[in-house]
Amino acid sequence: MSGIVRNKISAFSVQSLQRVGPYALSLRGYSSGAKEMTVRDALNSALDEEMSADPKVFLMGEEVGEYQGAYKVSKGLLEKYGPDRVIDTPVTEAGFAGIGVGAAFYGLKPIVEFMTFNFSMQAIDHIINSAAKSNYMSAGQISVPIVFRGPNGAAAGVAAQHSQCYAAWYGSCPGLKVLAPYLADDARGLLKAVIRDPDPVVFLENELLYSESFPVSSEVLDSSFCLRIGKAKIEKEGTDVTITAYSKMVGHALKAAETLSKEGINAEVINLHSIRPLDRQTINASVRKTNRLVTVEEGFPQHGVGAEICASIVEQSFNYLDAPAERIAGADVPMPYAANLERMALPQVEDIVRATKRACYRSEPRAATA
Amino acid sequence: MAIRFARSKSITHYVNKNLGFHGSCSLDSKKCSFMSSTIPPAMKRKTSLSDPDNLVASAARRFQSVKAGGRADYQLAPDNDREIQGLDFPGGRVAFTPKLRFLPESPEERVPCYRVLDDDGEPISSHGFEEVSEEVAVKMYSKMVTLQVMDTVFYEAQRQGRISFYVTSTGEEAINIASAAALHDDDIVLPQYREPGVLLWRGFTLQEFANQNFGNKADYGKGRQMPIHYGSRNHNYFTVSSPIATQIPQAAGVAYSLKMDKNNACVVTYFGDGGTSEGDFHAGLNFAAVMEAPVVFICRNNGWAISTPIEDQFRSDGVVVKGQAYGIRSTRVDGNDVLAVYNTIRVAREMAVTEHRPILVEALAYRVGHHSTSDDSTKYRPVDEIEHWKMVRNPVTRFRKWVERNGWWSETKEFELRKNVRNQLVQAIQVAEKTEKPPITDLFTDVYESPSSNLTEQEASLRETIKRHSQDYPSDVPI
Repeated sequence: MSGIVRNKISAFSVQSLQRVGPYALSLRGYSSGAKEMTVRDALNSALDEEMSADPKVFLMGEEVGEYQGAYKVSKGLLEKYGPDRVIDTPVTEAGFAGIGVGAAFYGLKPIVEFMTFNFSMQAIDHIINSAAKSNYMSAGQISVPIVFRGPNGAAAGVAAQHSQCYAAWYGSCPGLKVLAPYLADDARGLLKAVIRDPDPVVFLENELLYSESFPVSSEVLDSSFCLRIGKAKIEKEGTDVTITAYSKMVGHALKAAETLSKEGINAEVINLHSIRPLDRQTINASVRKTNRLVTVEEGFPQHGVGAEICASIVEQSFNYLDAPAERIAGADVPMPYAANLERMALPQVEDIVRATKRACYRSEPRAATA
Repeated sequence: MAIRFARSKSITHYVNKNLGFHGSCSLDSKKCSFMSSTIPPAMKRKTSLSDPDNLVASAARRFQSVKAGGRADYQLAPDNDREIQGLDFPGGRVAFTPKLRFLPESPEERVPCYRVLDDDGEPISSHGFEEVSEEVAVKMYSKMVTLQVMDTVFYEAQRQGRISFYVTSTGEEAINIASAAALHDDDIVLPQYREPGVLLWRGFTLQEFANQNFGNKADYGKGRQMPIHYGSRNHNYFTVSSPIATQIPQAAGVAYSLKMDKNNACVVTYFGDGGTSEGDFHAGLNFAAVMEAPVVFICRNNGWAISTPIEDQFRSDGVVVKGQAYGIRSTRVDGNDVLAVYNTIRVAREMAVTEHRPILVEALAYRVGHHSTSDDSTKYRPVDEIEHWKMVRNPVTRFRKWVERNGWWSETKEFELRKNVRNQLVQAIQVAEKTEKPPITDLFTDVYESPSSNLTEQEASLRETIKRHSQDYPSDVPI
């Protein structure tokens, strides 16, 4: 398993990209000749390169400067670019989101960091009404090239007000683009793409992924590397069932696929990358090939990303389904604090395995057995 | 999590960076002999733009005040005569006092209001005031009349069902026109919604106003917005946005960008008394002060936020006193006095641009009209109060008296102007009404810079449906 090398073609570049399958990362000592990079460093390098390339790009948020970033994602940037381009803001999400939007109205390219997207709710009017809708409502006179980024979803033991996933909320709003990286090269390529994008973007990172290391090729490390917004990536090709996921859940899905392959189920795992625009084409093409669908997300189930994917399949590929679609999502409760409860409130690898088996008509009980 | 603890450190640092500005010192009093506490802070202010070394100096100062906490807080006065007891606190030295004192919740005297002409249009003071030329005065007066007539005609049009909604600026013509006249054309305006006079001053035509209100295909907003949500890039007037006070932090952001561009312009944003209750007001002003952004905040305190009178809105002495809380220079002006508003904004703008600082202007006026066409204000306020402000304190008639007294205006000119403007408006409305609506392409454009694939698909699907059922599709909407 660990020796599998996959050929991946990045959407922008035509040359093929040698990569080691991500589930091999568990073998730290594996020598493939490829460099490794943490997601944190990937984001940091993307910010650094884009700020260097375009003097209009600047970063603002709580703790991004002197503290080097609440999660150290902006490490070294204040020193390198000075306080005019790395701004420590007072504690007002509504305030600095509004100010960022104003700066974008004028023509700068702000990157607004939320300490966690849970706090973005205090600024959500500016994200939706001031940023997302402005280009449309001003008939193209006011464009808002702003990026809102920060950790999204659950961390570990931070309870309900620090653990919600906002992919579905922001993903439903026209005018916004919403992205969620998983691997280090996703993080690098997508962050660079969104900083260059003229539309307002919500960039959903994940706190637990910041320290995770992934192999990166020299192409990824090049400063011109950039991924395309709106294109999902097939992390693992398969034939029997399609599993869609984004952010941390991609890792879970890949582990589940590994377990399943031992039982003769060859799952195809799609790393969504882009919540809005959703790559319906890739997802539908995959389901038309495999005829079965399992959607995985950390967020709440009702009106979630999985719900939209299921609707898309029903609308476009109904006749290709051989089994009802399965949705795995976070439990329909505010996130509890106690570790055992938190574990039960989040999708685990076993949940994905069970759901996939159900989709393949293997008999499996529905309820989780912790 | 450790997240919350980390915040206070950054704020302490933030304040520490400004230590030098207030003439306060670190532990070592020798170090800051060049910064005496007798020099007014404003003159010693260094912006980070002009002083690249500030970064290093601020880093050095960062932890000093935190350490200073333990030692005895005495310091020699500059003339070495006596000891001043005080606290070396982040942000500046604070003198001690043995007397327990509370700042009063309201001052003994309200902040006075700057005024140049009295209710009869006579200059009140022997102090000269900045004269305006005949050309400017007549232009201001004509635009005020135009605004009045425009409001009347569009309001009537709404009542006739020809447009769906309208908001008048009755009673606030002076604030609108005089403030606009005091600005430069490249100053960027972020309005609330009761400032169409600013656009009018800058050259927006009556036809353009009508087109937006009718949402036809000539509307610069492509029919996307409710009436009165004007916007024009060419006139540096940002599109009106309905949520209250969101333009305030946005203005600070635009001003910050202007400053980065080293532009010699400022940003001006308007809001009402009600808008000052929003969190955005606090954040916007606070930030603008910290970022030293060149923005003029103009509050139209017109006494009412729909049906909420200002006594229910805040308990402070109006809005002018709030500026000081943020470290912002503020002033209060008679909003119905054209010359006073003109002078105030002219000076405020100058300060903002040359000193890179925000200014707060509170213009006192009265909202003579209803909040909008969806409101009947006689339901919550006495009719004679409205009448009083409409007749006795009318800004247009007041300025007219002054202009006529100078020999620059006459009854004939008045009659002609009002007649012409009214005719132009009626004409503009007729044209706007007959103009086609925006084509269906405009339903799908501008959501993003370039249309997303699903929108392109949907447009194709819509066109197909229209083709198939063309008899059900309205004829006055172009495809």
